[in-house]
Amino acid sequence: MSHLPYLVAGWILLAGIYGLVTSRNLVHAVVCLSVAQSATYVLLLTIGYRKKATAPVFSDIKPTRNVVDPVVQAMTLTDIVVGATVTALLLALTVQVAKRRGTVDPDELRSLEP
Amino acid sequence: MSRRVRLLVFLLSGAGVAVLFTLAAVRLPDFGGTWHPYGERTLPNAIRRHTPNVISSINFDQRAFDTLGEELILMAAALAAVVILRTVRAEQEDAAGAHAYGPAEVSDALRITGYLLLPVIMVTGVYVVAHGYISPGGGFQGGVVLGSAIHLIYLAGDYPALARIRPIPMFESGEAVAAGVFVLLALAFAGQVKAMNAAVGLEVGCALVLVLAKFFEQALLVRKDA
Repeated sequence: MSHLPYLVAGWILLAGIYGLVTSRNLVHAVVCLSVAQSATYVLLLTIGYRKKATAPVFSDIKPTRNVVDPVVQAMTLTDIVVGATVTALLLALTVQVAKRRGTVDPDELRSLEP
Repeated sequence: MSRRVRLLVFLLSGAGVAVLFTLAAVRLPDFGGTWHPYGERTLPNAIRRHTPNVISSINFDQRAFDTLGEELILMAAALAAVVILRTVRAEQEDAAGAHAYGPAEVSDALRITGYLLLPVIMVTGVYVVAHGYISPGGGFQGGVVLGSAIHLIYLAGDYPALARIRPIPMFESGEAVAAGVFVLLALAFAGQVKAMNAAVGLEVGCALVLVLAKFFEQALLVRKDA
């Protein structure tokens, strides 16, 4: 069962995409995209995990101590920053869609202009 | 595409993704294993460069060039959000003090808590940025703390006061200057972890304040012409 944590990431991804596909509200869709993206955080952190290891901060531990993989943790930080900016941008677009079209239901936004 | 067809397409493709992902995942190294070739190569470098927080060392020293790209993504997205949320022609923006959102609607206990927490959280934010090279934290995390802190004034119920303490032009200049300084540091002086943390903290804080300011304007001040 040592691969179960990786499968959790796949499950979160599919749950997020399911939410996107069935979404009736653009704000809900943006949140679902965030859920789908959080699968990458889980995947990166599970890949970097190491049993009986601690956080890769050497200010108060011996340099010989085992630590978890810092590279994927740094990538997760990058991932979170990019995810937050994408969410802000999509929510800004949602505000404009709601103003111009009077709806945030993706199904009612078929054509480009009314 | 009707909802049912869309769901069917999702179920088929989702099942495909699930099968492929599972096949790929079972071939990965065991969870919690000891084989981390990249991570092990970064540790001696971080210790040699006196950056005990290895993640800061990776972000601002060993992979500083990649962080430059991330930083510019952040700036581009903040800029785009601000541009998208501009006031369109058929709308007018009221002055920040024109509406009584405010002090009267919030209980005294909440207001006093907000004002008392503001300096504490500002100091926490500066601490997280300044000690990012030695303890968990750094420019990105501390910048978010700093940018969120001043919005306690709004949560304490005083939007006009919030609008007074965050002059938008100042934060726009701060954002641009911080981004410029970061580009300079990343290209010419990579490895200055403390300085890069400070530049990133300033930029993230300014970007957060700017984007939230635009959302506040949309929610509170912008109205359609009658």
